[in-house]
Amino acid sequence: MRAHRLRPIELLPWLAAVAAYFAFGSYLPLGSQIMIMILFALSLDLVLGYAGIVTLGQAAFFGVGAYAAGIYAVHVSGEPLSGLVIGAAAAAVTGLVSGAIVLRTSGLTLLMLTLAITSLLEAAANDATSITGGNDGLQGVAIDPILGRFDFDLYGRTAYLYCLAVLFLSWLFLRRLVHAPFGRSLVGIRENVVRMHAIGAPVRRRLLTAYTISAAFAGIAGALLTQTTQFVGLTVLSFERSGEVVIMLVLGGTGRLYGAFIGAAVYMIAQDQLAEADPIFWDFWIGLLLVLIVLFARGGILGLADRLTLPPRRR
Amino acid sequence: MTAVLETVRLCKRFGGVAVANDINFRLEAGARHALIGPNGAGKTTFVNLLSGRLAPSAGRILLGNADITRLPQAQRVKRGLGRTFQINTLFKGLPVLENVCLAAAEHAGFGARMLRAAGAQRDTMEHAFGLLDRLGIADVAALPVKELPYGKQRLVEIAIALALQPSVLLLDEPAAGVPSAESSVILDVIGQLPESVAVLIIEHDMELVFRFARRITVLVQGGVLVEGAPAEIAADPRVREVYLGERQHD
Amino acid sequence: MDAVVSILFLGLAYAMVLYLISVGLSVTMGLMGFVNLAHGVFAMIGGYITVTLMNRYGISFGVALLAACVGAALLSVILERTLYARLYGAGELEQVLFTIGLVFMAVAVVHKLWGPLPQPIRVPAILDGQINLGFRSFPTYRSFLILVSLALTLALWLGVERTNFGARLRAAVDNRRMAESLGINTGQLFTLSFALGSGLAALGGGLGADILAIYPGYAMEYLVYFLMVVAVGGLGSIRGPFVAALLLGIGDTACKYLVPQLGAFFIYLAMIGLLLWRPAGLFGRV
Repeated sequence: MRAHRLRPIELLPWLAAVAAYFAFGSYLPLGSQIMIMILFALSLDLVLGYAGIVTLGQAAFFGVGAYAAGIYAVHVSGEPLSGLVIGAAAAAVTGLVSGAIVLRTSGLTLLMLTLAITSLLEAAANDATSITGGNDGLQGVAIDPILGRFDFDLYGRTAYLYCLAVLFLSWLFLRRLVHAPFGRSLVGIRENVVRMHAIGAPVRRRLLTAYTISAAFAGIAGALLTQTTQFVGLTVLSFERSGEVVIMLVLGGTGRLYGAFIGAAVYMIAQDQLAEADPIFWDFWIGLLLVLIVLFARGGILGLADRLTLPPRRR
Repeated sequence: MTAVLETVRLCKRFGGVAVANDINFRLEAGARHALIGPNGAGKTTFVNLLSGRLAPSAGRILLGNADITRLPQAQRVKRGLGRTFQINTLFKGLPVLENVCLAAAEHAGFGARMLRAAGAQRDTMEHAFGLLDRLGIADVAALPVKELPYGKQRLVEIAIALALQPSVLLLDEPAAGVPSAESSVILDVIGQLPESVAVLIIEHDMELVFRFARRITVLVQGGVLVEGAPAEIAADPRVREVYLGERQHD
Repeated sequence: MDAVVSILFLGLAYAMVLYLISVGLSVTMGLMGFVNLAHGVFAMIGGYITVTLMNRYGISFGVALLAACVGAALLSVILERTLYARLYGAGELEQVLFTIGLVFMAVAVVHKLWGPLPQPIRVPAILDGQINLGFRSFPTYRSFLILVSLALTLALWLGVERTNFGARLRAAVDNRRMAESLGINTGQLFTLSFALGSGLAALGGGLGADILAIYPGYAMEYLVYFLMVVAVGGLGSIRGPFVAALLLGIGDTACKYLVPQLGAFFIYLAMIGLLLWRPAGLFGRV
């Protein structure tokens, strides 16, 4: 019941991030990517881990945020903070509209709708070449210095700290959210939706709110990607993106907030080291990993850690 | 006397089968009303219609003066209609206290709060804990529900309903599945329910019914056979036939 | 007018392929509620086996198709008994992750063995060219494809309506617990229908190799189409996906013909719209 109090171990990721800034100077771009993926995975955890909505369409919001920020930078202003807001807003609207559609259904139909909506957006981005650059991607995304002072440098230092700050603030908000009555009611919906109806909870509205918030944060992650890489390609809306973030979250452990941190970090680092060598077998091992996780380690890395560290009790 | 809960010619058909047939029912304020009948009479269906899990084919449902026939479940709960389920419908993986807190939070109207209002949450927890204490399960408040024996889980089911501070409480076979050693606790709890709450209880256990009810409705094949005070019902030959007939099949 | 006929014809051929592949998925979902996203793998394998037997070993088209069908069915039985069966009670997320994992593995294996490029299809000589029906000519292969698929569909429908197996299947899809209490061995039923569905999918993959190109991305790229056919048709239904496949096949062909710059956009929109109108599918149970 006291979970909302900040425990010392929760400061660990932030200390690690700051330490990495100084220790791994040449890996800062990877570090930024990791933090963007952590944010992406956090957004998914809200709907998948906490609310229990099985979706393969989170990339829709990531992609909308990415493109919105990119188009904003190209046509309106290169100011990054407002770009983040634009990305979040566009993604939130997408989340609201698609959520209103998708959340009327369940199971396979819901899953299929999330896939179809993402494919729809991908097709739209592909076709609207004049706005999105189509298959070639959006070029010429130039980002101004943050707050007029911090220029994006070649070593990725500014980008790293920028991503770190955004991730930190997002985490603060999401952490508060999941410990608040709202977050706990999402868990209730996941655990027994019949009971939630029977205690007077407006389930559909609650889920739609969660879906929209989740979309907004996915959109922020996408916008960060655009701003730090100065490019948007079609892959931000791909099935692979959606699948990847689900894998990252499950790898770390769903419904625990920190699963997103661990899963994204482990996945991205492993991918950086292993996928270069043999991308085809990277897919094979990821597939095998998924099968093994489902069969033996459903709680992901954090679940395994629990089993090893907590005293044995009837689970 | 306005009834706190009333149905007017309530019907429910599944295909060609009428599981609820023109039911006229009144629940008075402060009632201790039992609904009995043989298996398959449609008792749980009736409760599902009252609580909003099922939409009626015809007829009306009134809560106080308001027509709630078209109102979804959650809204009926907000207006003071609480229920328990025949089969435990709990958050099995969550602690007992959390089960009750979720209900209390919804009732207090801050189920959607995103910025943790620490003061209000503490109140909710204390209120929930007090409820558990009254039901005698405060000692297991931190345990996940699934680790409790069935009888205690049944009490959690009642605790959740009480946390909603209902004006009308529908209890669907509260003692069902509970070993007789543990059922006395449940009987006591029901006996101590506040007078301000109108209670409708579905039961098979005749001992419980006659101990607790001030009014009994007998439901047979979706329709009301007879309604009256316990003594009348016990003496009614039609009722005895319905139950005698059933016992012969056992 | 000519364009309309072409669109209908080509759309019908496409729809038939989609149906053959997707009907098994519909039955699987309806019978066991198991979300099998790896279903496309069987169609893919069917395509690879057919094409490889024909190209590399000179085996005739008919025999190659049969081998593909049987091969996929056998593989599905092995997978079902050893792995799938362990997850029947599991939650939806587990099933999704597991089957996606299988897809990833299958895609990697196929990529390693056959390379990334689409497999070349050599249509057998007698099926090459055009048939002249007087008012116009039609490609022979596509005509053959449509006729064979319709025949298979008819056989399937008759089988489900008339045979003992079909009756048991329908009962189990309708109400599994009731069927079990009547003594129907639903586990065995599921294995058999899983095999049947996978075999049909393999046939669809092999027959439809020039419509849905056989390449490693097959099982992922076309997955959303199979899912749409099943969801719009109605889970557990056998007729529903037929109508849905027609809508998708003809609709998609029409869009690609008439508004090529918008590609698949409209078809996704249409399918989403259909599901909004009928969330349980056209022939689904609410």
